Amino acid sequence: MPTMRVNQAIATALADEMRADASVMVFGEDIAEAEGPFKTSEGLLAEFGPLRVRDTPISEMAFTGAAVGAATLGMRPVIEIMFVEFLGVALDELVTEAAKFRYLSNGALSVPMVVRASVGSGLGFGCQHSQTLENWVSATPGLTVVTISDAQSAYGLMRAAIRDPDPVIVLEPRTLYARRGEVTTGEAGILPLRRARTVRPGADITVVAMGQTVGIALDAVAACDVDAEVIDLATLSPWDRSTVLTSVHRTGRLIVVEEAPLTGGWGAQVVATAASEAFSALTAAPFRITTPDVPVPYAKHLEARFVPTVEDVARQLRTYLDTGAVPQPWWVLEGVSA
Amino acid sequence: MSVQLDRRSEIRADARAAYARMVEIRLFEEQVNELFAAGLVHGTTHLCQGQEALDVALAAVLRDDDVVAATYRGHGIALALGMTPASVLAEIMGRSTGCTGGVGGSMHLADMSIGLLPTSAIIGAGLPIATGAALAFQTRGEDRVAVAVFGDGASNIGAFHESLNMAAVWRLPVLFLCDNNVYGEYSRIDRTTAVLDLSRRAAGYDIPGESFDGMDVDTARTAIAAAVDRARNGGGPSLLEARTYRFAGHSRADKALYRPEGELEEYRKRDPIAVRRSALLAQGVSEGELAAIDARVADDIAAVVATVSADPLPDLAAMFANIWTEPAAAAR
Repeated sequence: MPTMRVNQAIATALADEMRADASVMVFGEDIAEAEGPFKTSEGLLAEFGPLRVRDTPISEMAFTGAAVGAATLGMRPVIEIMFVEFLGVALDELVTEAAKFRYLSNGALSVPMVVRASVGSGLGFGCQHSQTLENWVSATPGLTVVTISDAQSAYGLMRAAIRDPDPVIVLEPRTLYARRGEVTTGEAGILPLRRARTVRPGADITVVAMGQTVGIALDAVAACDVDAEVIDLATLSPWDRSTVLTSVHRTGRLIVVEEAPLTGGWGAQVVATAASEAFSALTAAPFRITTPDVPVPYAKHLEARFVPTVEDVARQLRTYLDTGAVPQPWWVLEGVSA
Repeated sequence: MSVQLDRRSEIRADARAAYARMVEIRLFEEQVNELFAAGLVHGTTHLCQGQEALDVALAAVLRDDDVVAATYRGHGIALALGMTPASVLAEIMGRSTGCTGGVGGSMHLADMSIGLLPTSAIIGAGLPIATGAALAFQTRGEDRVAVAVFGDGASNIGAFHESLNMAAVWRLPVLFLCDNNVYGEYSRIDRTTAVLDLSRRAAGYDIPGESFDGMDVDTARTAIAAAVDRARNGGGPSLLEARTYRFAGHSRADKALYRPEGELEEYRKRDPIAVRRSALLAQGVSEGELAAIDARVADDIAAVVATVSADPLPDLAAMFANIWTEPAAAAR
């Protein structure tokens, strides 16, 4: 099994789908000649040429809408939003157009487009280039929202996203691009959308994570020497309730580890669902470990505390398992904020 | 060939049929206005009286496999492209027989069998989408053309400028067709727009731009045909500005009391249907023949209202359909 970096896994997935299907095309800012600022389209222009691999103007609204039009007319465009924040100027085309075309055509139209966007904190890009913003798109029926967590999920979910008949947003935590992992390529490496991945089976507690918190959760579980089941949600919308609820029914305890704000973060939906639908199975209150409700700070030692750290997740995990009580977030415990 | 494409063919070949379609659009809109006024339809609607010549001219020029991205003021373009009055009215009246099954409403008409992409309720949203349709055609080496129809108000939104630039850079087969009806929602163009000759904005993107009288169907047809031919033959995008006038208010609630005194009456003198009538009379069509067309169309519209009013309402399951494809629904 080859090992590759996450950005190589993405480029490989794009190339494999482009070879398999002539209707797949990619466009975005600096993705052709420069092969992408994060090298996620390496080799594509050379192999597939300038009709199917295009540099766009800095015009997210135009090229996101162009993906809607091209997808409706039989192409499978994959567009790159360099930093997810840039989606702000293009949301109309995604949320209000792409997600509505099937609905507004009595099922006759399909919009098989993929929006790739780099997300997340950890690289010192400051508060306008470090958000995850999955909650901008996760409450829109018709959109499928996916977050990759390692090289295999980058490869497998990307290929599945391109093959899906509906618009799919693939969020790529930027800290993962350089991370290496084993990747099964080809048909066997394709992962299903709308299915969570159980990345570590366990019996004592269910830990749900997504994106870069999957690795953090795994490390924290290893540090605590606890028999936890770690689930990578992988597709946030529509999310895989069945895998999560089945696990919670078995373990009786649930923690969600998120790179998302305390208020309005995606884990709230997971905890609420477990509380309502698995109440009798729960032996302790389910809870969330989130980012604080603040912009992503720049100074390195501040940014390091923004996403839940391995140490802090391990602390909360231990407290929860020892006492059954919900631990306080670090900013309350340390008296930094209420 | 379908009934709808037959309706399209008629207006290409036959000047009387083109006139009849303009009358159909006019009477249809008046009928819709009455239905809303009578409280028989809920929600809102955006009527297009005054813009009939442009819609019919565009439909007459396009090939069956070309596509159009239009707006919430879209009853006229849908009828011109061939959608039946029953299909449009049923959608407006929220019936299951409407073109989107009654879940869309007045602002949302779509039927790709006549090349009509879902009309959008968002100003300017259709320009990038038409650009993308043209991108698909160019990438596959097809000689099809995409058209974005939009109002003067949309020429001030970012999507307009981004789309013209990108389409110019890629030399895409797309026509940007601006229906300058003088008002962007409730505001007159001279209060909101720095350039009143909107086709001049083409210069900013180094593409052909032309303004023409959108009240005359022949003039409109000539201008549109030239731009469509250019796009089809690799000449890239164009910006056309059709000068029309919105005889109605922006939407149902708007009585357009903000118009300068006498303006509506001035434009009424150039009513596209009256202009067309005069032209046909001058070409030797008899008054009697035109009156017969008017009467036939009026009867047809009345019959459609009667039929559609009895059409079934969508069932509750329609609320949950056509959002994701079925495998996604099954996962939930």
